[in-house]
Amino acid sequence: MPAGADNCRVLHPLDTVLLVASLLCAVWSLVLLMLTRPVGRRWLLGALGVIELGLLVLAVAGVVELVTTQRHVSGVTFVGYLIAGLVLLPAAVWWALTERSRWGIGVLLIGCVVIPVIIVRMNQVWSGG
Amino acid sequence: MAEQQQQRAATRSGPGRLLIAVYAIFALAATARSAVQIATKFHEAPLAYVLSAVAAVFYIVATVCLARGSATSRRVATISCTVELIGVLAVGTASVLAPSAFPDSTVWSLYGDGYGFVPVVLPILGLWWIRHTSRIAAPAPA
Repeated sequence: MPAGADNCRVLHPLDTVLLVASLLCAVWSLVLLMLTRPVGRRWLLGALGVIELGLLVLAVAGVVELVTTQRHVSGVTFVGYLIAGLVLLPAAVWWALTERSRWGIGVLLIGCVVIPVIIVRMNQVWSGG
Repeated sequence: MAEQQQQRAATRSGPGRLLIAVYAIFALAATARSAVQIATKFHEAPLAYVLSAVAAVFYIVATVCLARGSATSRRVATISCTVELIGVLAVGTASVLAPSAFPDSTVWSLYGDGYGFVPVVLPILGLWWIRHTSRIAAPAPA
């Protein structure tokens, strides 16, 4: 049996889904940013809401996995990334909505780009990186 | 008075929103990272971790001051961005010349290559933005 059999976290598929969904929303934001008259901002916010729910599931599952795993994982850093993932989108949406100009959508774009970074780093921490 | 209000809003409007958002992310990342490093393994690379903590403080100051945008805040933000720029250039150069002094990397190592070189671009954009908005909001007296 390979030494790293426990390396793969149970929710790895959800990680991938959230990562891809965030990148799609980033592209979506970029398109809105380039349109002279941004339409459908609400749909984007809706999609971000769904991603946030996914991140919430990820955070809860991540804590459970951390408590039950036999391996040594840097717990503080791992949970730090889980919390960062939860806080990021609400903060980005608040900062975006208080700006009337199109630059508000740029803030959403940044948020969508940072989510995948957090997910990848979280997995690196999990596998001891 | 109205002019002051306008100037205050200027730094956090438009592209300033993005700048502050990126600054806030770096403030959070650097603070969390250095806090964990100092709390759990300070003896491994004391210099690197202290520098990360210093960087974190300047990112927080810049974020808050750019968001506030008052005359004092702009001055503090200017100082903070300047220190950041000097810091990233100095630490970047030092980490190239004397890698052994940095057993673990900092936010500013190798000019911030671990963070897509954003640490070297951010203070330049910050300084430019403060200059740019002060010209718009407070035109030179005739």
